[in-house]
Amino acid sequence: MSPSPASTAPRTLDVQRLRADFPILATEARGRPLVYLDSAATSQKPRSVIDALVAYYTTSNANVHRSVHHLAERATMQYEEARARVAAFANAAAPEHVVWTRGTTEAVNLVAAAWGRRNLRAGDAVLLTEMEHHSNLVPWQMLAKERNLRLRFVPVTDEGLLDLDAARARLAEGVRLFAFTAKSNVLGTANPTTELCALARANGAVTFVDAAQLAPHGRVDVRALGCDFLAFSAHKMLGPMGVGALVVNPERYDEMDPYQGGGEMIRRVRLEESTYAEPPLRFEAGTPAAGDAIAFAAALDYLEACGLDAVHEHEARLTRLALDLLHEEGVRTFGPADASLRAGIVSFEVPDVHPHDVSTVLDGRGIAVRAGHHCCQPLMRRLGVVATSRASFYLYNTEDEVRALAAGVRHVREYFGR
Amino acid sequence: MNRADAPEPQFDDLYREVILEHYRHPHGKRELPRADVSAEGLNPTCGDELDLRLALDADGRIEGLQVDGRGCAISVASGSILFDLVEGRTPAEARALLETVRAVMHGADVPAGADVGDFDALVGVRAYPVRIKCALLPWTTLDEALRDAERLLAARTPHEETP
Repeated sequence: MSPSPASTAPRTLDVQRLRADFPILATEARGRPLVYLDSAATSQKPRSVIDALVAYYTTSNANVHRSVHHLAERATMQYEEARARVAAFANAAAPEHVVWTRGTTEAVNLVAAAWGRRNLRAGDAVLLTEMEHHSNLVPWQMLAKERNLRLRFVPVTDEGLLDLDAARARLAEGVRLFAFTAKSNVLGTANPTTELCALARANGAVTFVDAAQLAPHGRVDVRALGCDFLAFSAHKMLGPMGVGALVVNPERYDEMDPYQGGGEMIRRVRLEESTYAEPPLRFEAGTPAAGDAIAFAAALDYLEACGLDAVHEHEARLTRLALDLLHEEGVRTFGPADASLRAGIVSFEVPDVHPHDVSTVLDGRGIAVRAGHHCCQPLMRRLGVVATSRASFYLYNTEDEVRALAAGVRHVREYFGR
Repeated sequence: MNRADAPEPQFDDLYREVILEHYRHPHGKRELPRADVSAEGLNPTCGDELDLRLALDADGRIEGLQVDGRGCAISVASGSILFDLVEGRTPAEARALLETVRAVMHGADVPAGADVGDFDALVGVRAYPVRIKCALLPWTTLDEALRDAERLLAARTPHEETP
């Protein structure tokens, strides 16, 4: 079950070899070899992750943190080991600083409900950015409506970067919470997360970092970042759907109310009132996705065996190639021109062809890209488009696949230019 | 990665020439001087948008129609075809047409004798299930506009019948 890339040279990926670990990459789409360029939506899974899921349900399945029988003990142990595995991945000081969620979306909702309701009062400012995914906008809008909060936004520059001067100015005006993405799912822009967290802290603001697009592609160190909350989803980083992690600065735990009520989050329950379990269980009501959490640990094993620096380097190379080839095809790309400020994601617009039509023609060649607003309607508005096409790369993508994308885009232009 | 010997995939069943012609030069994309009813269509999964406005004459006929779509070839072409078919019809006739179009998109044959104009060029979309909502967006927007038009006419009728 140990991933095969472990034996390869530490700092470069043997992509052809690791592709063999992903069964789905050997399948066909529309009668052609699958070219999967939609990993920012969800990544494909290596055999070791699929095996871990099957192994859990074959040999370990029981409800965790409840019974004392053999299987329950085994499942609980593996589940808590997975929590420790996630904590180590994010360099959290202790496994107890990791709260299991269904994914990044639930993490935002959890923080809005458990920390936000308790700490935010009418008139308080919450700072967001123009490049947020809907999941890091809508929960704050809902809370703002409920609590009469002021929502402020860091603008995005024409180059697709956060306007840091504006961020400084807004933070200096007084902000209770600054919630922002570490890496844009549309532009690929890598935001200066450490700097932003330090700025927020200096101005007395609590930080929430959406690391859904960062964690799959690079090192995450919550202590170096100096953030209060940081969230990511397993399914974007080789793991299963339905599980994710919220890493919490333990100082914040004392400022939080429970999120959902139910089993597992309690200590003593009477008919009229209850006391609650210690964190993180306090925030984990109900039966968790234990098998998914355990398989997520297998995904982290695989990723770290590949080496996150090597993954990042590989994606940066593919991104540079994609930008060059797409520009040669006369396509407009969005986001920083400087490839070092971005990685893994290229959103583009083929002149006079809607992204849906681009996607259908590429799909006919077996190429999967995302077409649409990428759950970022405000950012689309900022860019002056209704939608874009987006190619996103991961450790298993090849330069040949990027060339296939460019050839596909040429076909799109020829087809609609008739 | 793509096989060198694989033929270029063809999409001519989806993007018929008549569809691309409607897409390049959509009908009904204009500013109506006066409108009785307007409706906004939005496909939240892909961001396609469409504004539809219509003006009713004294007899309750749709005398003016504006279809302003911003989206993919399929949704824009479908809106253009809708304009050709619906302007000058009564709301009841437009509704009958709408039901036919819906049924055809969900697999029914075009009824014998039915005039669906260029819409028969859109049947190829049925082979692409995720694109059916693109073809239907203008029509679901029309549905909303017709409901308002019908309410408007219902409110208008009693006054005319009162001596």
